[in-house]
Amino acid sequence: LRFVFLIIALVTGAASGLGLTWLLSSQESAFAALRIGAWQAWLKSGTAEADPYTRAAYARSGELPVGLGEGIAFRAVHDDAGRALDGRCITRIRGRVLPARFWTLSLYDEHGRLIDNTANRYAFTSAEIVFEVDGQFEIRLAPRALPGNWLPTGDVSHFSVVFRFYDTPTGVTARSEAAEMPKIEQERCP
Amino acid sequence: MKWLALPLIAGLVLGGLVHLVSILAMPRLSQDDAFARLDRLGPRNVLVQLPDPTPFAATLARMDPAVVAAACVYDLSRKALQVRVPATPDLTMVSFFTRHGQIFYALNDRAANRRSFDLQLMTSAQRAALPQDEEVTLADRLIVESPVTRGIVIIRAFVREPGARDIVRAMLKDASCKPAE
Repeated sequence: LRFVFLIIALVTGAASGLGLTWLLSSQESAFAALRIGAWQAWLKSGTAEADPYTRAAYARSGELPVGLGEGIAFRAVHDDAGRALDGRCITRIRGRVLPARFWTLSLYDEHGRLIDNTANRYAFTSAEIVFEVDGQFEIRLAPRALPGNWLPTGDVSHFSVVFRFYDTPTGVTARSEAAEMPKIEQERCP
Repeated sequence: MKWLALPLIAGLVLGGLVHLVSILAMPRLSQDDAFARLDRLGPRNVLVQLPDPTPFAATLARMDPAVVAAACVYDLSRKALQVRVPATPDLTMVSFFTRHGQIFYALNDRAANRRSFDLQLMTSAQRAALPQDEEVTLADRLIVESPVTRGIVIIRAFVREPGARDIVRAMLKDASCKPAE
């Protein structure tokens, strides 16, 4: 019986331990993140102070973080109301952004790959976008073409949006808790 | 079934330990992290332009499609490394990572006055070994001290719209990575 005891303990240990690791390393840790609305940034990623979960996530995904010296990257996987971003719906991103020399907004599927579409459009840059008179902008993410700033979502069920700000003025990160980020709203869902 | 409770509890405690150890060990054990992926692209101490990411293939996860990137996996065990970064129309950034993806130095063309620039990457031992008088003539060159012997240099150039991609790519051909003389 002692042998059975040992086997059960070992199997439970290995399964629960490795399972938890697999689950928690599939994305950066939920703690240690800076949140503005639905946007999350991991300011310490790529530094010696990064938490072990974020480090494990980068080691597993094969991504190189944007360092603080280069800029800031924000990611969103749900809208402001907490609904998961769905490529079959129309999602609106509207507002103002942090000051930066350039920014880019791109869409990725669950595995961190770009989203396939016939228009071959994967991202917007701050230089391409059409701004409104008051300096705000609106980008719509939808499976089919829309007038204005449109990015195709290719009908995927889940996607994430990554907002990267390059060459931000010094101090932006220190004050970023108060920074303004655009709102994410689901406009219509079939 | 009561006898099952004890081994299960012992198992869960063990599971907690397994979890902690495996999370901490993952950066060292990963066979497919950024360093491993870039190392497969070519020889070390040589700069390679990364192919544009597509929905079906990308060198690294979540690459920015509006950036042209070149990478150099370095090994300083024999010699220091000389890195040349050209200026591109909009924004050029160079970042130095350790083998485990920690950034220890980053610079962009604004800091370098929008011109191309040269950097010398060396370990602290190599820096200490520089002849004293030579250090004076090197003063106008940028010396970056690497805390590790192996790591990654990434040069990223921003592309404001897809039509400018070929121009930026051509300008990035002037970038290089080579062992210092």
